Amino acid sequence: MNQSTSQPNLPRPNFWRRASSLLYEKPWLGLVLLLAPPLLWLGVFYLGSLLNLLFYSFYSIDDFSGQIKYDLGFSTLAQLFTSSSNVDIVTRTLSMSIAVTIACAVIAFPIGYFMAFYAKGRTKAIWYLLVLLPLWSSYLVRVYAWRLILAREGVASWFFDTLGLRPVLDGILSLPVIGGPSLSSSYLGMFLVFTYVWLPYMILPIQAALERVPKNLIQASSDLGARPAQTFWRIILPLAVPGVAAGSIFTFSLTLGDYIIPGVVGAPGFFIGQVVYTQQGAVGNLPLAAAFSVVPIVIITGYLMFVKRLGAFNAL
Amino acid sequence: MTARASLGLRLASSAGLVFLHFPLFIIFLYAFTTEDRTYQFPPPGLTLKWFGIAAARADIWSALFLSVQVALAATAIAMLLGVLVAAAMYRAKFWGRDAVTLVLILPIALPGIVTGIALLTTIKRAGLEPSLLTIVLGHATFCIVTVYNNVVARFRRMSASQLEASADLGADGWQTFRFVVLPNIATALLAGAMLSFALSFDEVIVTTFTAGKEQTLPIWFLSELFRPRDRPITNVVAIFVIAVTTIPILLAQRLTAGGDDLHGGGK
Repeated sequence: MNQSTSQPNLPRPNFWRRASSLLYEKPWLGLVLLLAPPLLWLGVFYLGSLLNLLFYSFYSIDDFSGQIKYDLGFSTLAQLFTSSSNVDIVTRTLSMSIAVTIACAVIAFPIGYFMAFYAKGRTKAIWYLLVLLPLWSSYLVRVYAWRLILAREGVASWFFDTLGLRPVLDGILSLPVIGGPSLSSSYLGMFLVFTYVWLPYMILPIQAALERVPKNLIQASSDLGARPAQTFWRIILPLAVPGVAAGSIFTFSLTLGDYIIPGVVGAPGFFIGQVVYTQQGAVGNLPLAAAFSVVPIVIITGYLMFVKRLGAFNAL
Repeated sequence: MTARASLGLRLASSAGLVFLHFPLFIIFLYAFTTEDRTYQFPPPGLTLKWFGIAAARADIWSALFLSVQVALAATAIAMLLGVLVAAAMYRAKFWGRDAVTLVLILPIALPGIVTGIALLTTIKRAGLEPSLLTIVLGHATFCIVTVYNNVVARFRRMSASQLEASADLGADGWQTFRFVVLPNIATALLAGAMLSFALSFDEVIVTTFTAGKEQTLPIWFLSELFRPRDRPITNVVAIFVIAVTTIPILLAQRLTAGGDDLHGGGK
């Protein structure tokens, strides 16, 4: 038997055992080993891609040959501000994102409120599933559903005709800005679809934030003589703000970058996502596409900083 | 606070749920309509024949096959990387921890179009040809956070004393992982994987940039959405897609039942 003298009765430690002792003595080493693969992936591949995108926004396209000129410069980014149609695109997209975010918050709040305070046990599980299922069922299919609903011969039309409300619909559609020739070619229709598609993203964080409101706080408020309305406005609503902020990250950012919904329903005006998509594809102007995609990055970075102060990251 | 919700609250919350589910019901109904040229409502008649016609289409089968391949590969990568980050993050406090969190959520916090075009510029620069590989690379990137969210929640509930006990009883690192850690996180990992599969299976925005000429099922669907050619077949595929994404969610929900909630909020 060839035993080592220092450990006469123990078997020679195998690789795994030595490794675990080493990691126990040097916890940072374990951390590095664990984080290395995912951070290499996300840091190099993903952040590297974002950086690369940023570089492309400084390139420009040669007017004659249509080839990309790999020289850094501000000419492409400047087009965002100098061309009034480009400014319009940014304002249009931003206004839609804000409107959709507000609508989602308003519709989501009662649902989250009911789930957090009144739904118990089985009911709660069912409501949770009923919110989760639309969230996870196909985005494209849910957009498609609205094409069926908003089509001229579709469900919405039939509904208004059957109830004799056709004049009401026509009245709404004749309004400036939100109106249009039909629901499926108006900003109102687009707004409906956006609100529908992103709504579940707002419900879940609101519900989670309300769930965390300590019940004894509400008890204390009423013990101290607050009316239910006062308790709501002064206790519950402020505590729900992080949830609304967390949800708004999704509704806002998803609307800002979407190019499919504005292409399927809505008025002819372009949205940021559509410009990015057509510039890189049909037009082949990758630098301008990159420049346009910098807009949502900047807006969302600013927005993330703003909602971080509202406590959104803890409610994610 | 009263035990029963007020009428207004019950109406508002139920109306919200109806709003969420009515369009899904419409999709279901239209798969059976006999009308094949318009979106006429109510449907003039109901039929089952479109299911057979759709099932005979080779282009749909190949798109479906590609989507499943992509989703499985992306999920496998995301499971591995997601568990690693979760294991590192659940207890440790270290410099740059917030930065790691930010990098994790960035792929879902930034619009898909940004992720898509960023990856495209890299693919072009690296001289890669858009293919199955590039689609998987893109999908795995945003699937990691889904696995991470589910697994890290479970890690936080696991007490450190279990790991110490395992080491005291003579287990080495691999044994502790295999017999203590893995059984603890297994269901959460599986739930995260289900969500990740559903996420990848349905993804279209990033995919349009990384797919080149490859056609996943969502890309097939997208082309029909912009230029309807086969309306009845699209209707059938729509139900099918809903079913394929719904089943993993229900399974994931079951897997995490009784413990922490399913972390599916940040799709």
